[in-house]
Parts: sequence; structure tokens; C-alpha cells
Amino acid sequence: MTPLLDVRDLRVAFPGPAGPCHPVDGVSLALDRGETLALVGESGCGKSLTSLALLRLVPPPGRIAGGHVRLDGADLATLEGEVLRAIRGRRIAMIFQDPMTSLNPVFTIGRQVMEVMEVHGLARGAAARARARELLVEVGIPDPDARLDAYPHQLSGGMRQRAMIAMALAGEPELLVADEPTTALDVTVQAQILELLDRLRHERRMGILLITHDLGVVAGRADRVAVMYAGQVVESGTTAEVFAAPAHPYTQGLFASVPRIHGPRRPLVPIPGTVPPPTDWPAGCRFAPRCDRRAAACDAPPALRPVAGTHEARCWLAPEVAR
Amino acid sequence: MRPWLLRRLAQTAATLLLALVLLFLLVRLAPGDPVATMLGEDRAAAPEEVARLRAQLGLDRPLPAQFAGYVAGLARGDLGTSIRYQRPVRELLASRLGPTLLLGGTVLLVNFTVGTWLGVVQATRRGRAADRWLSAAAVTSYAMPSFWLGLALAWLVGLRWRLLPVGGFTDPLGEGGAADVARHLVLPALTLSLASIGAVMRQQRSAAIEALGAPFIVTARAKGLGERAVTWRHAWRSALGPMLTLLGLWLPLVVTGAVFVEAVFAWPGIGQLAAQAAAARDYPLVLGASLLAAAAVLVGSLVADVGQALLDPRVRA
Amino acid sequence: MTSLLAALWRTRDGRAGLVLLGVALAVAAAGPALLPDPRAMGDLAAGAQPPGAAHWLGTDQLSRDVAARVAGGMRVSLLIGVLSVATAALAGGAAGLVAGYAGGATDAVLMRLADTTMVVPRLFILLLVLAAWDRVPLAALVLVLGLSGWAAPARLVRAEVLRLRGAEFVAAARALGAPLGRILLRHLLPNAAGPLIVAASLGVGDVILLEAGLSFLGLGVRPPTPSLGGMILDAREVLATAPWASLFPGLALVAIVLGTTLLGDALRTALDPREA
Repeated sequence: MTPLLDVRDLRVAFPGPAGPCHPVDGVSLALDRGETLALVGESGCGKSLTSLALLRLVPPPGRIAGGHVRLDGADLATLEGEVLRAIRGRRIAMIFQDPMTSLNPVFTIGRQVMEVMEVHGLARGAAARARARELLVEVGIPDPDARLDAYPHQLSGGMRQRAMIAMALAGEPELLVADEPTTALDVTVQAQILELLDRLRHERRMGILLITHDLGVVAGRADRVAVMYAGQVVESGTTAEVFAAPAHPYTQGLFASVPRIHGPRRPLVPIPGTVPPPTDWPAGCRFAPRCDRRAAACDAPPALRPVAGTHEARCWLAPEVAR
Repeated sequence: MRPWLLRRLAQTAATLLLALVLLFLLVRLAPGDPVATMLGEDRAAAPEEVARLRAQLGLDRPLPAQFAGYVAGLARGDLGTSIRYQRPVRELLASRLGPTLLLGGTVLLVNFTVGTWLGVVQATRRGRAADRWLSAAAVTSYAMPSFWLGLALAWLVGLRWRLLPVGGFTDPLGEGGAADVARHLVLPALTLSLASIGAVMRQQRSAAIEALGAPFIVTARAKGLGERAVTWRHAWRSALGPMLTLLGLWLPLVVTGAVFVEAVFAWPGIGQLAAQAAAARDYPLVLGASLLAAAAVLVGSLVADVGQALLDPRVRA
Repeated sequence: MTSLLAALWRTRDGRAGLVLLGVALAVAAAGPALLPDPRAMGDLAAGAQPPGAAHWLGTDQLSRDVAARVAGGMRVSLLIGVLSVATAALAGGAAGLVAGYAGGATDAVLMRLADTTMVVPRLFILLLVLAAWDRVPLAALVLVLGLSGWAAPARLVRAEVLRLRGAEFVAAARALGAPLGRILLRHLLPNAAGPLIVAASLGVGDVILLEAGLSFLGLGVRPPTPSLGGMILDAREVLATAPWASLFPGLALVAIVLGTTLLGDALRTALDPREA
């Protein structure tokens, strides 16, 4: 069965002082209907750019420089104009990190939700307003009638994010791309939003691509996870597989730096060094300079190699280092 | 909204009063004796003449009393008497108000609409050829001395091509018919517009670029909106508020430029009056004109703020 | 300094600005050496001559060499521009420093004063001063031009002072015993220098246009001191027959102001990459 989303070898190029650099450098992902794939990584690893590239929203002067993005088999990279716009908001919807700046401050919530329906010819006027009201209820916003006429700044952070989700759902999308949807929210609200996304996923059989830097968010919510580093996917598999036995040293480092409440007390082990910029990537394995297990083989760039089941890792030492 | 508006009006009045104090002090603290200046080189004037003039102008009273006198007069609508014309300042200013509003109003309208549109166009084509050309045009306009441009246009259009009249508009009440007024208005308005639109374009371009860079623009595109809707419904609408406040920044430019343009084309406005008055050392008249100019800037600022409050819901909160 | 110049040279605006200003400065400086005496009146009967071999930019109605006069005028314009802006920056900067440091009533009064100054268009302040004062020597004109623009630099410096006051490193330094005043002065200049320089660069253009306009109205710079605005005024009566007499002074003005404005834009981009 064709996956809902099939990304192969996606590359995004930006002009640099010494020629183009590729902040997204050969990323491959696959996502099925009703499945949540978490894309995990630090700032600067290219995960946000990857998500923007899906909808061809890479900010200029960046551009997609290679690879395929297939939605239900159709390649999005070749689409233009009207056809592309018909997909945005309708088949693939996107929600962003900070709803305060991602919602237009001069339009009401109702207007912004209804706009999606109007643009895609789903509903107009009173019918659109009624539908918008339903959506607000569905995402758990109390007093929806009043909220329809409210402006973004009049809502709390959690409400704003719910409103953005309602706006995303207005087009009845098959795939929802959520770029750090909870990062700007309080912890208690985070859990509610993630809960909401989960429920919607089951009810609507939507696929969700969840971008995050927070492993805790991944743990209970994602079916599959892909870890990104320096523009590449360095590990992928089901959440169970990766969490039980992380194979890539970077992933292991990530887990080691998460403080745990339960279990014996142990020191937090940060990963030494910093993420290299896209203009200055090492020639071989990009994590090698920071890795404490680097060997001579690491001077050659590794490919994604299978570890177990669907579990893959981009490391020469992978099968051996899996704990 | 109402209490905010009242507060703003009170603020405006207070600032205008302070401006009056400032201008008044500038005049009275000037080195040199205004009376001697008035009498010119005629130093042989009798002391009684000098004393009489001083008393007439109220210069023999202490400074605060003079100021109080001026303010009291102001409350009555009396702005003093012009030294040169020997007529009330208010009367002179009022007679010139019409042409000034006509010229200023036309230029403001053109500048705001065309300037804003071009600024937005530049922002949407940022970095490309159209943006570069328009930027070059804008900065040239900004660097252009309005009086020189006026002379150039007067020479080209008025003298060489003989298409439009240059000066000679002495009919402030427009009794010669609207067509005549319009023909005389073209060159001064065109000059003032060309010389000040650059500033507008530059500011609006910045505002538009900022609006287009906002995260909610990405959201709009992600919803499937076309570029035109993104630009004109989302970006422009959210930038309109800030763009309007920029009115307060370039309104003084238009007021200033009007002085030179009116001088070049002999347009019977307050600008020309102020220029001639300054040359003739007629400081009561210049004072009155300056107050009016300050009032214009303040009103423009107020209108801009009110406009922004109407357009941007966050301000109303 | 050299790295800043190099950075400016790399941008199109910076290059154009540097070239224009460079040429203007060169002409202004080399003028007396290369060109005829600006005050020398030639054959009055001949009247205004168009540009030719003897007089590269022609002569005016008093048979004076236009090129020489333009060079002289450019020198005056540049001098007035730079000195006025320096005055504004110094006076305004000092006021801003005091306002930010003292706070409270002093700050309130100074800011009110600044607002009030900004409300009256600068030209009118100048017209009023020129109308009311007896004789205005050039030095006084520069002073008035400069002081009339004190408000903007004052705001800039005050904002920077306030920002520094709230900075954590200042609190830390004070905890170690350093006096607030010295901290502010030491850190103020490097931080405020950038925006001040940009504002100054753009301000020079404004001042030069103002001075030229005043001279055109018969106020401002008086003969025999050459001035570009004054030249345009003189040339007005022969506009129909000798347009070059007003053309070249105007072009010189445009060139100078374009140069400073483009340079100001380039400086702003260089000092704050998010702009442009």
C-alpha cells in the first residue's frame, strides 16, 4: 500500500559564500494514514526546513534542489500554481510553533478559519461560519460563538494553538504537519494539545508529521520517529525500537542528556561541541567530531544501515554499539 | 475608544501650547532689537519713535507678561499684526489657507496612494530589477531639492514646451473656474510630489517588507492562498496601521517642501507667505505660519493614530 | 575602519555613495587649484556663456565661471552639513545622556522638549530665527541648523542609555563597585555609535538641502560666500536663456545628497544585517 507521504532524498539548497549549502541533505521519510511520525532534532538540524519543503514553502533564496515528495503517489515537487495551492491547506495542512505570530493579528479567529473553506470552495457565508463554530468545539474551545469574533491577542496561548488547529482542520486534510506545536506553551497545556492531536488523528485517519526537539513529546504520542542531525536522518524506526535501543551515538547522547525523575541519580551527560553550520559540514560522518566512539571508518560518510526490524541508523558502528 | 481619544486630543493641545512657548522664546530671546530691525538702517529715528513702537509691540513689558498677552490674543483668535503688511496675521493666513490646502491635500493624496502602492510593489519584488529601479528612483527623489526640480519643470514644461502656466495664479478663490485652477496646480503639485514621494516609498517599502516577513504570511500561504491574496489581503492589511503612522513622519516633509515649491511657482499659499515674511523680517507673520505648520503636523499625527486604532484591533485594547 | 569601508564597498549602495562623495570631496578640494577664480567676472557684455572649452560648465550672467562657483558652493555645503550634524549629535547626545542617566523629572522635561521640537518642521524654526535675529553670521547659521536637529540624536542616545541601565552586566559591574556614570560612558559610545553614525549620515543630506533651500529664498548663506542654493537663485532670472547656470549647482546638490543618503543606507545595512 502506498504510504500517504513518501519523501525520498529531499535536498534543499541555500546560496552560501562558497557555493550552495544544503541544510536538508538527502532526507527520506514515510508516513501512513492515521500514523504519527515524529521528526526529532536540535535547532539547526533542518527539520523545520524539511517540513516547509513539503508544501514548497521554503523561504527564498532557498529552493528545493532534489528528491521527491509524494503525496499518495503524486509528486508535489513538480506541481505549480493552482494545483499546488489546491493541495496547501486542503490535503496537507500545517500548524506552526508560535500561534501569536502565526495568526494574523488584524483578522478575527472566525475569519481566518473560514478563509480556508472559502479559498478551497468548501463553504461560504453562514455555512462556513457554522462549520467554523463546529471546528472550534471540536478542538475544545469553550464559548465558540464569542471566540469566532475574537482577535488572536484576546485568546490565551493554548486557545490560540487550538484555533490554529481548527484552522488547519477546516480543509479536511489528510496530512497534518505540526512544527513544534507545543514549544511555546506551558507544560500542562502541552499535554492537552498533544492529546487533542492524537484524538483528531484517530477520528479523521489523518497522518501527522510532528516536528519537535523534545523527546518527551515523542514518547507517548508518536508511532515512528526519525532523528535528524546536520541535514540528514541519522536514525529512524518505530518509537519502541528507537527508545528501547538507540543505535546512533547522537540519539544515545540525546537520551543521556534528558534528566530522569525515576531511577538512580546519575550526572547529565551533555554532548560536547556544537552543531556544525550547513556551510561547514565535515566530509565524513557529520557527527564524528563530537562522537566519543569515532573510528577510522568514520572518515567516510555512512549511509543508513538496518539495525533491526524497521530500525535504521547512519553509523558504521551501529550494529555493534546498540546497547 | 472615547476616553483614549479625549486623552490624545488633550495631549495634542498641550504639545501645541508647548510649541508656542518654544517659538515665542526663540523670537524674544533673539539677539538684536526687533524694533531696530524694523526701522531698518534708519538709525536716525527719534527715541520717542522707538519707544512708541516698542510700546505698540508690547516689548517694554516683562517676558511672561508678553507671553500671556500673546496667549490671550490667541484665545481671541488674534495672532498679532504683520509688520510688513500692517494687517492681522490671522487674516493673512486665512486668505492663503485655501491654496495651501489644495496643494498640500493633492500632494498628500497622491503620495500616500502611489507611494504606498509602489512601496508594496517593491517589497513583493524585493531584490529583483523592479525593486532596484524603484529604489534608485526613490532615493533620487529624496535627494532632489524641490526648488531646483520646480525650476527644471518650469523651464521644460512651461517655457520650452509651453504646455502649462508657470506662476501667475492670483485667484485663490478659484473664480476663474476649476479648469484654470487645475492648470495652475499641475506643476507645483507634480514638483512637490516628485520631491517628497521618495521618502514615502522608502518607508512604506520597509513596512511592507516587515509585514511580508511575518510568520502569519507563511501560514496564509500554507492555507493555499495565492500570492495576490497573501500580499493584498494579509500583508497589506496588517501593515496598513503602521503605514498610516508613517504619515506623521513625512507630513513635515510636504509642509517644508511646500514653502519652496510655492516660492518657485508663485503659488499663493502659506508657504510662500512664510518665505517672504522671513525675508522681510516680519516675525509675527512667521510665528503665525510656524504655529499653523506645527498644528498641521499634529493633526496629521492625530489622524494617523486614530486611523491606526480603527485598523489595528490590538491598539484598541 | 578599513573593514567597514570594505564592507561598504561590497554593497551597491555603499559603492555608489562612496564614489559620489569621493568625487564631490575631490572637486570641492581641488577646485581652487584646477579651476578659474570663482569671483572673477569676465567680459560682462558677453553675458552667460554655455559650457565650452574655456569654461567647462559655462558662465553665469556676470561671466563668472560656473564650475568654479559650483566647486566653492560644494565646499560650503559639505562644511555646513558636517558641522551642523556634528553639533546636533553632540548637543542631542549630551541631552540624551543626561535624560537617560538622571531619569525622573529631568528626563520627562527633556523628552517633552524633544517632542515639541520635532512637531514644528525644522524649516519653520529656521525661518523664525532668521526673521527675528538681527544678522546671522555663517557660524551662527551652522549652530542654529545643528541645534534645530538635536531631538533625534537625543532620543537615540537616551534609548541606548536606558537599554544599558537595564543590562545585567551593568548590575554586575555596579555590584563590584564601579560607578554607574563611568560604566555608561564606557559602554555607551560603542553601542550608540552605530545608529548615531547612520542617523548622522542621513542627517547631513537633510541639512544640506535645508541650507540650499534657505539660500534659494535669500536667507541662509549670504554672498560673497558661494552657495549652491544662492547660485540657483541668481540663475533664476536667466532661466530661459542660460539654463546651465541653474542646472549644474542643482546636480551638484543631488550628487552630494545622494552620496550621503546611499552611504547612510549602506551603513545601516552593514551595521544591522536584518535591514534592507
